[in-house]
Amino acid sequence: MTRLSSTARADVLVIGGGVIGLAVAWRAAQRGLRTAVVDPSPGGGAGRVAAGMLAPVTELQYGEEPLLRLGMASNERYADFAAELTGASGGQDTGYRRCGTVAVALDSDDREELRELHAFHRRLGLESTWLTGREARKLEPMLAPGVRGGLHVADDHQVDGRRLLTALLQACENAGVLVHRAEAVELLVEGDRAVGARLSTHETLAAGQVVLAAGPHSHRLAGLPGGVLPAIRPVKGQVLRLRVPDAYRPFLSRNVRAVVRGQHIYLVPRENGELVIGATTEEQGYDTTVTAGGVYELLRDAHELVPGLTELPLLETSAGLRPGSPDNAPLLGPTALPGLVAATGHYRNGVLLTPVTADLVAEYLATGELPELAQPFTPTRFSPARSTTKALA
Amino acid sequence: MADDLLTIAGTAFSSRLIMGTGGAPSLEVLERALLASGTELTTVAMRRVDATTQGSVLDVLTRNGIHVLPNTAGCFTAGEAVLTARLAREALGTDWVKLEVIADERTLLPDPIELLDAAETLVDDGFTVLPYTNDDPVLARKLEDVGCAAIMPLGSPIGSGLGIRNPHNFQLIVESAGVPVILDAGAGTASDVALAMELGCAAVMLASAVTRAQDPVLMAEAMRHAAEAGRLAHRAGRIPRRFHAEASSAMAGRADLDTRERPAF
Repeated sequence: MTRLSSTARADVLVIGGGVIGLAVAWRAAQRGLRTAVVDPSPGGGAGRVAAGMLAPVTELQYGEEPLLRLGMASNERYADFAAELTGASGGQDTGYRRCGTVAVALDSDDREELRELHAFHRRLGLESTWLTGREARKLEPMLAPGVRGGLHVADDHQVDGRRLLTALLQACENAGVLVHRAEAVELLVEGDRAVGARLSTHETLAAGQVVLAAGPHSHRLAGLPGGVLPAIRPVKGQVLRLRVPDAYRPFLSRNVRAVVRGQHIYLVPRENGELVIGATTEEQGYDTTVTAGGVYELLRDAHELVPGLTELPLLETSAGLRPGSPDNAPLLGPTALPGLVAATGHYRNGVLLTPVTADLVAEYLATGELPELAQPFTPTRFSPARSTTKALA
Repeated sequence: MADDLLTIAGTAFSSRLIMGTGGAPSLEVLERALLASGTELTTVAMRRVDATTQGSVLDVLTRNGIHVLPNTAGCFTAGEAVLTARLAREALGTDWVKLEVIADERTLLPDPIELLDAAETLVDDGFTVLPYTNDDPVLARKLEDVGCAAIMPLGSPIGSGLGIRNPHNFQLIVESAGVPVILDAGAGTASDVALAMELGCAAVMLASAVTRAQDPVLMAEAMRHAAEAGRLAHRAGRIPRRFHAEASSAMAGRADLDTRERPAF
């Protein structure tokens, strides 16, 4: 481990070494800022569990058009981002795959829901093609014969979160980022300004600016004044990893999503044969236990969608914590506390939003100007004090 | 309507909407929808929430002064439902429970046998039990007999938005019930809520109809007005239905205008 003495001072200290923290640190270092990252196990976080589907269009929800714009901006940057990262990390492949996504429905109720999503796509002018069930199965012959219809979104792709993390960590180190394998236990504030952090190793790191990228732990950092950050709640997702043996390849050629009786499920086939199935959505605190029910529901719905997958080896079950902000959108840029910058609360879109978050936050760190694209996502959009308490009946 | 309160087990509410939280696009939208609905009682699935986490749906309810009604969604046996209710009581410090025991995942219809068993056990254990039940007048009466504090019949399956499929059964249930009857499940839009109230329901329980609407906040406001309108109409008393027209003003005693001055056709 590289040790920074308590008197050394970084320009930027990033708390949290997941996809967001590492990408911000890498970009900041590229801008000539002396940058440090603190995380007990850098390269971890929700990105290690996530399937890595880059699907701003197929995951669109009503009322989330600003988030769509940010997601599409990030998606457009992904190819260049991945190529640059591979170069900067000494050739680490990120598993970025321009494969497109097909979203299908298995009964007439789910088909109506998908129809509604398609109509919403059309209103917003998004690329999205309606498929009959037979057309969907022509694209993906392993889909169940009962598929009633689908949507093809050619620009929703995928990346491998684990390989992305490995590449980011390597790129950070190559760019001169100091990576401290310790926990930040307290934010240091002097005269109403964030000035650094104290670590579990009792070291003190001073910094011109502190970036909080600690996902669902962000708001729990000691020393953080009240009202600066809303609670970023942990939203558990269980995920399965299967392997497609060579004899079965390609099995699936693009991301497959479905609503199965109202439940969302997705299958992400990697070029290396890994097939990721996700994910549950559970509000169970900081628990990352894999449960029988979680695995059962994923397999049940996946099996209904792609019956042949029960033949595949099941390699891994895991659970991660999405960092959920109150409005599902990330917190980007300066907080109400001078010197403290947020890059957290990405909920189910952390991997997708990594390139754009890194660019926007690094721009702010280097210039003090927050780009227009990030303006709807400033942490100050959450009013700290609410006065809407109503008398109990 | 301060003079017309909903009373369940001795607790009075001025709102006649009970809200659910499932399906909301985000907590922020959910919060605004709950406020727009005016609800004072909102149900939360105990299998889907952790009471100790900051920033959870429970925080949203607490800071807005909305009572939490834990429910046993996802339970298939009386045993599971009783266990879940007890865990909820421990975690939240309330002995109120919206009891759900589901027969199968395809229909999400209540299992009447397991439901009655669980209701009896929980009432005996000191719970205030609000059971989600079929629109069966006989089962409703038996649930009241074992001591449930309200009866919550379904209008149609959960999340279907098909409204009240058997209004006559609702009238039969309302007619004989000595506890509040609350429409649970099936409402799709405002007219469904108004109809429930006109049929004599004491309140309406809503989740998907609001949380999955294109604009949940606007729909929540519509539902509030619908509940109020339906309740007022119920209290006012509707006119009898007739097959033929009946002029609203009688012909006798009207001014006798001189028809000779009308233009010829």
